Amino acid sequence: MSRRTLHTLSVLVENRAGVLARVAGLFARRGYNIESLAVAPTDDDRFSRITVVVDVELTPIEQMVKQLNKLVNVVKITELEPRASIERELCMVTLSVDRDRRNEVLELAQIFEARILAVAHTAMTVSLEGEPDKIDDFEELVRPFGIIELQRTGRIALAKLERSPARSRSTNKAKAS
Amino acid sequence: MKLDGGQALIKSLEAEGVDVVFGLPGGAILPVYDPLLDSPIRHILVRHEQGAGHMAEGYAQVTGRPGVAMVTSGPGGTNIVTPLLDAYMDSVPMVCITGQVARPSIGTDAFQEADITGITQAITKHNFLVQSAQDIPMAIREAFHIATTGRPGPVLVDVPKDLVDANNPASAMEWYWPTDADVAAELPGYKPTTKGHPLKIREAAELILAAERPVIYAGGGILKAHAAAELRTLAELCDIHVVTTLTARGAFPDSHPLALGMPGMHGTYAAVMSMQKSDLLITLGSRFDDRVTGKVAGFAPGAKVIHVDVDPAELGKVRQPDVPIVGDCRQVIAELTHVIRELGDQGTTAPDRSPWKSTISGWQERYPIAYEPHVAGDALKPQAVVESLHAAAPDGTILVSGVGQHQMWCSQYWGFEEPYTWVNSGGAGTMGFAIPAAVGAKVGRPDRTVWAVDGDGCFQMTAQELVTASTEHIPIKVAILNNGYLGMVRQWQEMFYDERYSEVYLSLDVPDYVKWAEAMGCVALRVESPEEIAPAIDKANEIDDRPVVVEFRTDDREKVFPMVPGGKANDEIVVPPFQRSEEAR
Ligand SMILES: Cc1ncc(C[n+]2csc(CCOP(=O)(O)OP(=O)(O)O)c2C)c(N)n1
Ligand SMILES: [Mg+2]
Repeated sequence: MSRRTLHTLSVLVENRAGVLARVAGLFARRGYNIESLAVAPTDDDRFSRITVVVDVELTPIEQMVKQLNKLVNVVKITELEPRASIERELCMVTLSVDRDRRNEVLELAQIFEARILAVAHTAMTVSLEGEPDKIDDFEELVRPFGIIELQRTGRIALAKLERSPARSRSTNKAKAS
Repeated sequence: MKLDGGQALIKSLEAEGVDVVFGLPGGAILPVYDPLLDSPIRHILVRHEQGAGHMAEGYAQVTGRPGVAMVTSGPGGTNIVTPLLDAYMDSVPMVCITGQVARPSIGTDAFQEADITGITQAITKHNFLVQSAQDIPMAIREAFHIATTGRPGPVLVDVPKDLVDANNPASAMEWYWPTDADVAAELPGYKPTTKGHPLKIREAAELILAAERPVIYAGGGILKAHAAAELRTLAELCDIHVVTTLTARGAFPDSHPLALGMPGMHGTYAAVMSMQKSDLLITLGSRFDDRVTGKVAGFAPGAKVIHVDVDPAELGKVRQPDVPIVGDCRQVIAELTHVIRELGDQGTTAPDRSPWKSTISGWQERYPIAYEPHVAGDALKPQAVVESLHAAAPDGTILVSGVGQHQMWCSQYWGFEEPYTWVNSGGAGTMGFAIPAAVGAKVGRPDRTVWAVDGDGCFQMTAQELVTASTEHIPIKVAILNNGYLGMVRQWQEMFYDERYSEVYLSLDVPDYVKWAEAMGCVALRVESPEEIAPAIDKANEIDDRPVVVEFRTDDREKVFPMVPGGKANDEIVVPPFQRSEEAR
C-alpha cells in the first residue's frame, strides 16, 4: 500500500460547542486533506484534544499549523513527526465466516493479537488495537473472508519518550514565528 | 446591580465606548432595541442590513475604532454576510450583533432562525453564540478585544432572544464588567504577537543596507498598525522607494519623491516594474495578494523578501520570506529603523543605488499614469472627473469608492496625502460598498468632506442608503461615473473575449439618477460636458445640509491602464495604446 506524506497534529482546543466544526471547516475551506481525525476531552475537562492526520503533499505543514493557530479556540498545537511519536488505532470488523473457516480467523487473530468480540453461526466480530500499519495489514488479510462491517477510530498519538521533546515541534500561539 | 440581558448588552456597548450603532430591528433583537432608547448611543437606522455592515466598516476605516452593526435573526443576519466577508478580507475591526431565536427554539427551524455562527464561521475572525444572560458583558468585551487586536477583523455575537427579553426569567443577570485579566483567562488560545524578534530585525536591517535595488512594499497593515509615520521615517532614512497597495493608499504621501504609487494589476508602471526588478522587497503589512503579484511564479524573481506581519500565517503563505518577522508593523518598523541607524553609526554603508534610482525615474518619466485628452463631442473622460474632484476637494477630504473601473481611476488619479482618507473594498471587491461606507465614514468623521465615487452598476446595488443619509442628516457627496456599463467586466470582454459583450450593458438613462436621488432627499445634478464639471463640483462642495449626487456621463470606451492581464506575470504589463507607439521595446 503506497503511503502518502502524512503528518500527525495533536491539537489542544477549548472544550466548547462548535470547536470541532471550526477545525474541520478550516481544513475544508483551505483545501487541506484530512486522513483521519479523533477527538475527546483531556484529563482537564476545559480542553479537548483533536488528533488529526493530514496529508501534506499539497500544503506545507507550517501553513496548516499557522492557520489552525488563528482559530481563537485552539490553544496549542504539537506536530508529531512520524518517527518521533507513538501512534495507535482501534479497528473493529465483522467478517462473514462459516464454522469451517473459523479457525483460520482465530489463527490470524492470534498472530495479530486481535480479540474475538462475538461469534455467530456465519459471522465473527474481531477487534484489533495497534499501529495503523498493522491494522492496514490485518484488514488486507481478513478481506477475503468477506467484510460485513468495518470501523476504524482514526489514530491517536503521543510523543515518544526516549526522544528529546524538541523533536516534536510545539507551537504556542505567543511564539508562532 | 440586577439587569436584564438586553440592558446588559447596551451597557456593555457603552462600556466599550461605542458612540454609534448601525442597524435595523426585528423580532429576535427587539428586546435590545428597547433599552437602546435610554442610551446615549446613536443608532443609525439603515434601509438594508448590508448597509449597516458597510457603514460600520466605513466608520472603522476612518476612525480606527471598531464599527458596530446590530441586526435581527435569519434574513437580518444573512443580509450582513457580505459586509462580514468584506471586513474579513480587509482586516477591518467590526463587531456585529445578531438576534437569535430563543434557546429552546434553536434547531427547530423556528421563524427567522438561521445558524448565523455556522454561516459566518469562515468569514469572521471569531464568532459566539451567547449561552446565558450572565455571559453577555464577557461576550461583548471579548468580541471587541478580538476584533481590535492582532490582525483586526469582524467578530459576530449571536444573542438568543430569551437572554435579552426582560419578560423572560432567563434574561436576569447581575451586572459586572470583565477586567483584562478576566478576558485573557477566557481566551487561553488567543495571544497575538506584537513585538518582532530582535535577531530577525537585525537580519532585516543588514539586508536593507546591503541591497542595491530595494523597494518597500507597504500594505494595509501599515494603516491598521498606525505606522504611517514610522514608514516614512524608514523610507527617508534609507532613501528607498515605496509602493502602496490598494488598501494602503494614503499610508505614504503620493507627492513624496520616493512614492511609486499603487502596484499590481492596475498599478503604475514604475511600481510594478520596480518590484519585478528589485533585489529586496521590504514587505510591511502586505500579503502578496494575487492582484499584486500576478502569476506568483513570475513575481519579483530576483528579490529577497523581508516580510513583516502581525499574522504569522501570512509569512510563507504565498511567497517564502528570507527574513520573516511576526509583529506589529509600528513596533517592528521603529525597531528596524533604530537598528539601521545603529549599523550606520558603526560605519555600515549602503551600496551606490544611483543606477537603480535612475532606472526608476526612467520608468516614471516614460510611463506615467495618463489618459488621452477629451475630444469634443465625446462623453466625459472619467479620469478627468476624478482629477477635478480631487482638485476641488477641501484638505483632508475622505474618498470612498465602489468596485470597478471607477475604483481604479480613483486610486490612480486622486493623489493621497494623508492616511485614512481612502476607504474602499479591496480583498472582497464588493460592488455596492461605496454609498453605505461613505455614510459610515461621515458619521465617524463629521468634520471631513466625504466624497463617494461610485459606478452606475455599484450605485444601483445600495443606493437606498442615501435615504438613510438624508433622514439621518449625514451630508455625503456622491459622484456617479455613469458609463452605462458594468465597465470593468466590459473591459475584460473587450480585451480578452474579442469584444463579445455579454450582459454588461446597463442603460444610460434608466434609472434617471437625478430623479432617483431627488426622491431620496438628495440634491442632484447631471454633468454631460467638460465645462460643467468644475461648476457642478463646486456646487456640490458648497452644500452641507443634505447629501448631494452628481451624475457624470462618462465615456464607456475608456479602459483602465496599465493592466497586467489576469494570470499573467507582471512583466507582461500592458500600457495604454498611446504610450505603446513611442516604445522601443
Ligand atoms: C457584488 C459583486 N458582483 C459582481 C462583481 C464583479 N464586478 C466587478 S467590477 C464590476 C462592474 C462594476 O460596474 P460599475 O459599478 O458600473 O463600475 P465601472 O466598472 O463601470 O466603473 C462587476 C460586475 C463584484 N465585484 N461584486
Ligand atoms: Mg459603470
